[in-house]
Amino acid sequence: MKYLMSTIGRKQLMAVTGLLWSGFVLSHMAGNFLMFVGAEAYNKYSYFLVSNPLIYLAEAALVLTILVHAVSGIRLAIQNRNARPQKYSMTPSGDKAPRFQSRWMAFHGSLILVFLVYHLITFKFGTYYSVTYDGVEMRDIHRLLIEVFQSPAYVVGYIFCVIAVGFHLSHGFYSSFATLGLYHPRYSAMLNKFGYFYGFIVAGGFISQPLYVFFVAGK
Amino acid sequence: MGGTGTTTLNLKLKVWRQNNPQAEGHFEDYDVEGISTDASFLEMLDVVNNRLVKEGKDPIAFDHDCREGICGSCSMTINGNPHGPQRGTTTCQLHMRKFKTGDSITVEPFRAKAFPVIKDLAVNRSAFDKIIASGGYVSVNAGNAPDANARPVPKDVAANAFMAAACIGCGACVAACTNSSAMLFVGAKVSHLGLLPQGDPERERRVLNMMQTMEDAGFGNCSNTGACSLACPKEISFERIANLNSEFLRATVKNRNTSGSVG
Repeated sequence: MKYLMSTIGRKQLMAVTGLLWSGFVLSHMAGNFLMFVGAEAYNKYSYFLVSNPLIYLAEAALVLTILVHAVSGIRLAIQNRNARPQKYSMTPSGDKAPRFQSRWMAFHGSLILVFLVYHLITFKFGTYYSVTYDGVEMRDIHRLLIEVFQSPAYVVGYIFCVIAVGFHLSHGFYSSFATLGLYHPRYSAMLNKFGYFYGFIVAGGFISQPLYVFFVAGK
Repeated sequence: MGGTGTTTLNLKLKVWRQNNPQAEGHFEDYDVEGISTDASFLEMLDVVNNRLVKEGKDPIAFDHDCREGICGSCSMTINGNPHGPQRGTTTCQLHMRKFKTGDSITVEPFRAKAFPVIKDLAVNRSAFDKIIASGGYVSVNAGNAPDANARPVPKDVAANAFMAAACIGCGACVAACTNSSAMLFVGAKVSHLGLLPQGDPERERRVLNMMQTMEDAGFGNCSNTGACSLACPKEISFERIANLNSEFLRATVKNRNTSGSVG
């Protein structure tokens, strides 16, 4: 218990929960690519997920881990803000400047949390259309998707938020391993580059989907 | 001054002035002329202070001691960078040739709740002493000197421990950290002492006690930006923090002392 109250303990909790979510967003992004195949493939994939009884376990785990991640993150961020009551007039620059996204983790983390709630309201708890394939009635989530991504404002906002996800992952992925104590001069440099790649792939994938709907599928 | 290519610089200084820990600080501007490019940053401040004293004004307070880059006293933030823009350099070893004539230079103290300002650029870093006192030591058998080779230490381990031991405790890691965390400092001490057989008996309680003292002193925590390592005049590797994280986890699992304080 003392471990979980310590800063390193909290950070290690954030690392583990963050890595779980990194895996989830990648699989979510990859699964969504079925929208490029067509409405039936996308809806059947969605039905396959929600009709599996294990979904409740997976959903509970996701909710629990995001809460642990967010609560620990907020507590650590408050501790960090208090650690420097008088701010600098200038920040490190030139050869001594760290990469910028690493300094803004709490900022894009908060944005992502708000986006996540909004995202769930829009899709998971959004309008229920139904469709029947091969005699099985299921949710027509594809129709809702096409509807939502007709709005240019929604598309722009969505893209902005998934770019934040990309930045968050690009630092968070590598950072998680360091927090768990896994570091090697050579492999960590590679892991660092892989973190950027991971963030880029996830953000890029999520950006391509609303753009596809807006410019191609929705027409 | 000697040397070839010595020129002089005219600079605009913006320096943090604060009379005492409780006072409200503010920036004051100084036009400084005729500074040799061979001068160190501290020598430039000496020139400014000589002028201030002659004018009957209060000189700028700053810490300094060895002026050869090993004591870790000369803490100040120059244009947002602890110890100035050059990597692997303390303020006393930073030369004015790194600046151009007409440059504006903002000089602030190291800023952290755990490092309260004493006056102007001088800060109280005794929080580091508290961290050291809580675990930065080794137990020795008092008595005759042990045999030279009684405790073999492999060369690579000795070299690794030595790289961590290069930390001079200046506090630049805290100053550079967006969270005012002292984890690079603690990590350097934990690696330095924990890697060697002499420091092994205290291995677990060292890391637990030092981290607890760090938190109690009001330092922030690490978000792995790596700014500390970039600002460190001794270029202590960021790896020390990852090592501290794994040592902390290991000590948490191994420690059998369940009564409050681990010491």
